Amino acid sequence: MIIFSEAPDLPEASSYRLKSGHRLESEMIETIQRAEKSQSDDSSLVRRLQSGDAHAFEELVRGYGPRLLRVARRMMKTEEDARDAVQDAFVAVFKSIKVFEESSLLSTWLHRICINACLMRLRTQRRKPEEDIETYLPKFRDDGHQVDPSMSWRESAEGLLQTKELCTLVRSSIDRLPETYRIVLLLRDIEELTTEEAAETLGITPNAVKIRLHRGRQALRTLLDPHMREELR
Amino acid sequence: MKSTPHITCREVIAFLADYMSHELPEAKNKEFERHLSVCESCVAYIASYEETIRMARLTTSTPELDVDDVPSELLEAILASRDRSS
Repeated sequence: MIIFSEAPDLPEASSYRLKSGHRLESEMIETIQRAEKSQSDDSSLVRRLQSGDAHAFEELVRGYGPRLLRVARRMMKTEEDARDAVQDAFVAVFKSIKVFEESSLLSTWLHRICINACLMRLRTQRRKPEEDIETYLPKFRDDGHQVDPSMSWRESAEGLLQTKELCTLVRSSIDRLPETYRIVLLLRDIEELTTEEAAETLGITPNAVKIRLHRGRQALRTLLDPHMREELR
Repeated sequence: MKSTPHITCREVIAFLADYMSHELPEAKNKEFERHLSVCESCVAYIASYEETIRMARLTTSTPELDVDDVPSELLEAILASRDRSS
């Protein structure tokens, strides 16, 4: 399971399945209490940040720096770019903390700022000519059937990803996607923004997000397909 | 009575994301199910499409970081930039 950094970590539901009802209940109460305490600690931190407390800024950077670096590493293609984006994000936080009204969790707000910082950096980077996404989309005959019928991928992702080569292949295939589609795929499938949040972040319509996401996923599938079929032999 | 034409693989794949997120109208959904009951290629396509999403998530998932995992020079640079902006 992927644990995303922006929300208080909640235990995986399946981990409760074999536990007794009483233990389940007490663990859930503990989880809720931890989440409430974390929220309360964040509110206190925000107030100290807004009053200009220098120690609070250090606490923020040390507390959330690791989470933001993790997000930036997912978004950016190089470590240097990821670090620069995190620094940009904190500069933006320092400038705007006074107007943060806590209408969202501090962690959610920081996550969004970090994503925006990454997007800003990606936009300013010189773009390589992008391949046409159509190249990677399925082709159809006049009667609507696929030109190349799809074949099953027999093994599950978990099994196949045990091999380092395949992990590298998946990551490099994501990086090969045309940037417009790669970004939407990252925001929706990896960072788990909603369609509306991704649309707002990118300044495009929700429908455009849906179209780009579907095409991005299809293109990634096409890039992986020959390698996954090879596994069958 | 005129029968409803069956949807094609092209339509199934075009509306796949809506199908997976249960956003298709009831009638369209039934057409999807009918197509999938006879089209192995589309069934395979959908399974591999879902697997693609899972693989993307799994490979980009990295371990939680601790503050000690953040390069000290980055922490220092961030705090210095705060000093400059205050």
